[in-house]
Amino acid sequence: MSPALTADGPMVLDSGLSLWTGGDVDVSVEPANASDATERRRAAWMAAAQAGDKRAYERVLADSVALIRAVAHRQGVAHDQLDDVVQETLLTVHRVRHTYDPSRSYDAWLAAIAARRAIDGLRKGGRRERRELSDERAMASHPAADDTTGQAERAQQAERLRAAIAALPPGQREAVEQLGLKERSLAEAAERTGRSTTALKVNLHRALKALRGRFHGDD
Amino acid sequence: MSEPRRHDALIDALSTELAPVRRLPPPWRRAAGWLLAVALIAAALLAHYGVADMQHRWRGAPDLAWAGIGALLTAVGAAWAAFSLGVPGRRRAWAWLPLPGALLWIGASGLGCLREWIAPQTHVASMHESSDCLLFIVGFSVPLSALLIVLLRRACPLRPVLTAAMIGLASAGASAALLEICHAFDAAATDLLMHAVAVGLVVAANAAMGGRLLAPR
Repeated sequence: MSPALTADGPMVLDSGLSLWTGGDVDVSVEPANASDATERRRAAWMAAAQAGDKRAYERVLADSVALIRAVAHRQGVAHDQLDDVVQETLLTVHRVRHTYDPSRSYDAWLAAIAARRAIDGLRKGGRRERRELSDERAMASHPAADDTTGQAERAQQAERLRAAIAALPPGQREAVEQLGLKERSLAEAAERTGRSTTALKVNLHRALKALRGRFHGDD
Repeated sequence: MSEPRRHDALIDALSTELAPVRRLPPPWRRAAGWLLAVALIAAALLAHYGVADMQHRWRGAPDLAWAGIGALLTAVGAAWAAFSLGVPGRRRAWAWLPLPGALLWIGASGLGCLREWIAPQTHVASMHESSDCLLFIVGFSVPLSALLIVLLRRACPLRPVLTAAMIGLASAGASAALLEICHAFDAAATDLLMHAVAVGLVVAANAAMGGRLLAPR
C-alpha cells in the first residue's frame, strides 16, 4: 500500500465515523473557504517543522495562537486564563509534534490538544477555588491563638512548599532544585541534568507558574 | 490574530530547541506490529499443542471456533481503536470498532452454553479448571497490555481512560483467542463466567491503572 493510500484510508473511515456520532471537537473557527488555504499552509509548516525547520515551526506556532484561544474560549475558559491555555498547548504541541500526520487536518489535531488543555485548565481552576474556599473556612473557625502559631504556620507553609515542589513533574522539580534551591547557573544545571538550557528555562517557568497557581491567595 | 506577541518568548525558546522527529506510523500499522507479537505467541502455542486437537474440537462444536474468531476480531478492532485514540484529533467513535467482533464473541460463547451436546475431547469444566482459564487470560493479558501501554506512551492519548479500556479489551480478546488453541473445556456456564470475569478484570485494571500511565503529561 502506498503512503498516500494508507493516509487516506483512515481519513475516510474517520469522516464516516464522525457522521455516525457527530464527533466531539468542532474546529470550524474560520469560514470554510478562507480557512482551507491557511490550514494547508499550517499543515505544510508543521510537516517541515517535524523535519527540523525552525523558521516553519515559529510560523506555525505563531499562527496557532488564535486557533488555540478560540478553542479554549469555546470550552468556557475565562478571558484572563486564555494565555495559560495557549502556553500549555504550545508546550504540549512541542512534546507530541511527532504524532501529527501531514496528510490530515492540522487544525483538528491542534484543536483536540487545545480542548484537552482547556479542560485541564478549567479543572485546575475549579480545584484551586475549592481549596481557597476551604482554607478561608479553616481560618475563620480556627483563629490564631498566640504568637507561637505564627512560627508553626511558617513551618507549615515551608512544609507545604516542599510538598508542592515534590509533587511537580520530574523535569520541573529538577529545574527548581538546580536553579532555585541549589542556586546553580544555567550552564552548571544543564551539565548536571543533561538537559538543554532552554528546556531548563521552560521547566522553571512552568514550575514557578504551577507553584504560584497553587499558593495563590495563601500569602 | 489577537495578541500573538505575548507568546513570542516561548515560541522562540521552543523553536530554538527544535530537533527533527520521527513521525508516528499510522495507527493500523502500529496495531499490526502489536498483532505480530500475538501471532508469535499463537505460533508458539500451536507448535506446543498441535493443530489436530483444536481442529477436531472446532469441527464438533463450530461455535467454539466462532467465539475464538470473535475474540480475535475484538482484539484487532480494540488495538486499532487504541492506536487511533492515541493520535490527537481522531474521533472518539473509533472506540466502537471492536463492537462487531465483541458481539460475535459473546454471541457464539453464549450459544455454546445453550448447546445440549458436549464438544469432542472436552468436558464441562469444574470451578477449579475454570480458574485455570482465568489465570491464562489474565496471565497473557498482562504482558500484552504492558506492550500496548509502552507503544502508546509514545503517542498522545487525549482520552487516557478510554484508550486504556481499549488496551484491556484488545489484550483480553487476544488472550481469549489464544486460549482457544489449548482450551480443553467446553463453553459451559461456569467456564463462560470465568472468561467474562477475566475479561472484565483485565479491562477494569487497565482503565484504572493504564489511564494514569497514559495521561497526557
